[in-house]
Amino acid sequence: MTAGAIPRELGVENAERMAVATPQVSLPRKRLSILVVFSYVWIALIVLLAVVAPILPIAAYDQSVGAPRQAPKFGELNTLLGTDQVGRSLLSRVIYGAQVSLVVGAVAGLSGAALGTVLGLLAGYFRKGTDWVITLIADVLLSFPVLVLLLAITAIFSPSIPVLVVGLAIAGTPTFMRLARANTMAWTSREFVRAARNMGASSTRILIREILPNVVPSLAAYMPLVIAALIVAEGSLSFLGLGVPPPTPSWGGLISSGAVDLRTAPYMVFVPATVLFLTVFALNQGGEHLRHRFDRNLQD
Amino acid sequence: MAGSGSAHLRGDAAVLSVENLEVEYHTAGGSFKAVAGVSFDLLPGETLGIVGESGCGKSTTGRAVLRLDPIANGHVRFRDETIETASHQRMRELRRDMQMIFQDPVSSLNPRRLVKDIITEGLAIGGQGAKERAAVVPELLEQVGLPPERFAEMSPRQLSGGQAQRVAIGRALAVRPGLLICDEPVSALDVSVQAQILNLLEDLKSKYDLTIVFIAHDLGVVRSFSDKVLVMYLGKTCEFGDSVEVYERPAHPYTRGLLDSVPSPEVEGGFVGPALQGDLPSPLNPPSGCRFRARCPMSQDKCAVDEPAMREVRPGQYAACHFPLV
Amino acid sequence: MSDRALLEVTDLHAYIGSPRGVVKAVDGVSFTLQHGEALGVVGESGSGKSVMARAVMGLMPARSGRTGQVLFQGRELLTMKPKELQEVWGKQIAMVFQDPGRSLSPVVRVERQLTEGMRRHLGISRTEANSRALDLLREVGVPDPERRLRAYPHELSGGMRQRVMIAVALACEPDLLIADEPTTALDVTIQRQVLDLLRRVQTQRRMSLVLISHDLHVVAGRTDRTAVMYAGRIAEIGSSRTVFQDPHHRYTHALLSATPTIHHERHAPLNVIPGSLPSPTHPPAGCRFAPRCAAASQECTQAQPPMLQFSDDLDAACIHPVNTKEGELVGR
Ligand SMILES: Nc1ncnc2c1ncn2[C@@H]1O[C@H](COP(=O)(O)OP(=O)(O)OP(=O)(O)O)[C@@H](O)[C@H]1O
Ligand SMILES: Nc1ncnc2c1ncn2[C@@H]1O[C@H](COP(=O)(O)OP(=O)(O)OP(=O)(O)O)[C@@H](O)[C@H]1O
Ligand code: SF4
Ligand code: SF4
Ligand SMILES: [Mg+2]
Ligand SMILES: [Mg+2]
Repeated sequence: MTAGAIPRELGVENAERMAVATPQVSLPRKRLSILVVFSYVWIALIVLLAVVAPILPIAAYDQSVGAPRQAPKFGELNTLLGTDQVGRSLLSRVIYGAQVSLVVGAVAGLSGAALGTVLGLLAGYFRKGTDWVITLIADVLLSFPVLVLLLAITAIFSPSIPVLVVGLAIAGTPTFMRLARANTMAWTSREFVRAARNMGASSTRILIREILPNVVPSLAAYMPLVIAALIVAEGSLSFLGLGVPPPTPSWGGLISSGAVDLRTAPYMVFVPATVLFLTVFALNQGGEHLRHRFDRNLQD
Repeated sequence: MAGSGSAHLRGDAAVLSVENLEVEYHTAGGSFKAVAGVSFDLLPGETLGIVGESGCGKSTTGRAVLRLDPIANGHVRFRDETIETASHQRMRELRRDMQMIFQDPVSSLNPRRLVKDIITEGLAIGGQGAKERAAVVPELLEQVGLPPERFAEMSPRQLSGGQAQRVAIGRALAVRPGLLICDEPVSALDVSVQAQILNLLEDLKSKYDLTIVFIAHDLGVVRSFSDKVLVMYLGKTCEFGDSVEVYERPAHPYTRGLLDSVPSPEVEGGFVGPALQGDLPSPLNPPSGCRFRARCPMSQDKCAVDEPAMREVRPGQYAACHFPLV
Repeated sequence: MSDRALLEVTDLHAYIGSPRGVVKAVDGVSFTLQHGEALGVVGESGSGKSVMARAVMGLMPARSGRTGQVLFQGRELLTMKPKELQEVWGKQIAMVFQDPGRSLSPVVRVERQLTEGMRRHLGISRTEANSRALDLLREVGVPDPERRLRAYPHELSGGMRQRVMIAVALACEPDLLIADEPTTALDVTIQRQVLDLLRRVQTQRRMSLVLISHDLHVVAGRTDRTAVMYAGRIAEIGSSRTVFQDPHHRYTHALLSATPTIHHERHAPLNVIPGSLPSPTHPPAGCRFAPRCAAASQECTQAQPPMLQFSDDLDAACIHPVNTKEGELVGR
């Protein structure tokens, strides 16, 4: 080894470049698409209107506010969206309808999710016989067209909101069950589950403390998509006259009762149909967005 | 003697004794024995290194000892308990005395829980209240070298691999086990962090009088950490003995080949001996006789017919080979 | 030196935009590679080895940038048009990746993967390409090559796939082969076989080789020169023997003494490098190893230590090098 060390020579041109040249790199930015922003705003607006409906300066949904079959016109709030066959305000009916449609969709969705998650956890964790039985039930439910299933239920019990919620919840269960089962299987093979078992944890504890918290976020991300589907299902049932009994308005019911006058007063269908469409669309958009954000767990 | 023999077992003095252990997996391609007659034992306070190439059944052996994988055949004795027949209830109690640390530190921590909850999980399962647990968190974190103020409230996603492995070690030691099975505890870590974890384990081992089964594929790591070493090949045992002696004078041709495959830049060509030829055979369809025979430079006719059993080749050193290197 | 080096990399920076900020994956790397020379690149996970190799090749991800100079046979690769680069890849520079699953297409038979490049770059007929493919498989030690040609990659074992990868890389007789951790996923005995193979083809074909690994032991005995990378920079570069046996940079030294070898004394504590790798987006100023270095002084944290030449075959960027007598310590 020679004594001392000599600095490596840098060519002049290199030395010069060195002072300035480091790469300029742009950072990836996460931008919400305009559609997603619109969707969240729309959902927030609908929920807000549904909640504060009683204190809004609008007529009650079952009260006549003027001549029947008025076309939408600006100026007066109650006739902003027109009136129906008996002169009730469509604006009011759409807003109160939101209460029913959203509550039915959300309650049914949540109950379906809860039931589906429990079944899915059990099937995915215990496998074997448990899995076989639960998967069979889910497959049977799924192979029934949802509408036929609901028709059957509402045909046996007379239509009412609780019956509708129960029916829709049953319809939503298998989807969540499958999701929960697949997620549970993936998480169960993780080593922290093995570690917990090796600590002497019971299966109940493992399911509740270790697996459930990891499964819930990805299921929650599917929630809006399922609620949207259930709102549509409720609409279809109402259209067939098996939905929420009148005079309580629901979006499906509004469309159904407007349909008779479709030729003369198309707005009676278009107004609730547009609101229904926008809401379902927004829920789907928002759901997709959430799913991208939160259903990543399995990959990372 | 169907398996590779158990002549190297040391009898009642052992804390853990595994005899002719077999573990079977059922896959789409058929059933096979991932562990096919493995025996080993540990004296109190001893560290046994298990080495071998990927798929030879090291992890499966470790898990089967804790009955995390079902034991198909053989006997596992821990202290006075027979593991393969213990009731579920008894097993849950026993496992607290036999803890395991896993290869992938990140996957062995629940991403949805905080470090302080993870590290006291064993205590919670043991029935300790929230107050008592909160009180021991600082001590538990400190003993694995993590400042409690900073780490207690963190989530596993925020930890580096080395930090995550420290938490996993802390969790295992919180229940004061007598036996610790470490399944490749440093393989996923950077070289510069690996030494931190190895030193930590070494410290904790003497502090708590641990008996350790140390699974690894890195021969250098095993050498520095273990008293005894067990070499495995395709679900079988090849050689057992004092780690220094086995490394210095391997008796089994496979051990020799493994050691010769360790890069040693000091010598010309980078390796001290010739390379082993051939590929690892499929465990679904292992060779008859000696499972190593297709790759063994010493192989003879007898090797295809008779399966060799473990026998003493030098005092305290055992090899399962018809023609050991002596 | 009269004739030019095969590859001259000067002050290469390669940055990648990520959600957490700009990753300074490679931050001022210079080295040269002679014809027929084997260079080892060693560093821990995240030190920038792969990005460096990709930056040289021109295989950078989106939202990234490179500056500096990469001269390959006198031609600047950094500013080369994609069309021309395509010509260079495979034919002049070939790469073998760590994970063969990612670079061999799972749905294409080994035969096509081997012959495709040959037919495109060398313009030879199908039958000729096929017979060359057979020769190649034989050369890389694939037993029963006729049958293996008809196989899909997933039907091969890990070691066999890695051999096929090497055969694919060799197909067009490149002047330079970059092997990025070609053996990390393999078992020791198979790793040994692949390393032997690389060394053999490299000397037989008088090809240049860049062998990337996280294990200094793996490259030191197999290469002529070794570069040790830490946090995007070369800490030390020199003849492999010297880097391994007489390292001057504090990081290399610490790394070597933290690695247990099969000669390590039982239960003796290992030398520990405290802390962990610095943040790739906001690395410390000055020497990047300073937060973990036992010998760090004020000076180390102020400016990037210059690359100093300690002997004919060793350069290191360290202000307080090891293995130097007091009098020999570099003053400034
Ligand atoms: N759950 C499982 N189902 C089916 N086969 C399995 C399972 N787990 C492991 N195996 C197989 O059993 C054999 C032994 O696996 P094991 O994980 O015990 O090997 P190992 O020695 O720990 O290897 P590594 O060094 O890769 O961790 C392998 O062939 C593996 O593919
Ligand atoms: N596509 C990418 N996007 C963002 N960051 C990246 C990308 N690829 C690499 N990096 C970052 O660049 C740095 C250097 O990575 P690189 O893959 O070169 O490391 P390495 O030395 O090859 O490590 P390893 O041994 O793990 O392969 C790391 O901090 C890594 O996280
Ligand atoms: S028994 Fe035969 S084949 Fe097996 S290791 Fe010994 S010599 Fe080799
Ligand atoms: S330059 Fe200073 S901080 Fe960096 S390695 Fe050398 S002595 Fe340590
Ligand atoms: Mg394993
Ligand atoms: Mg890499």
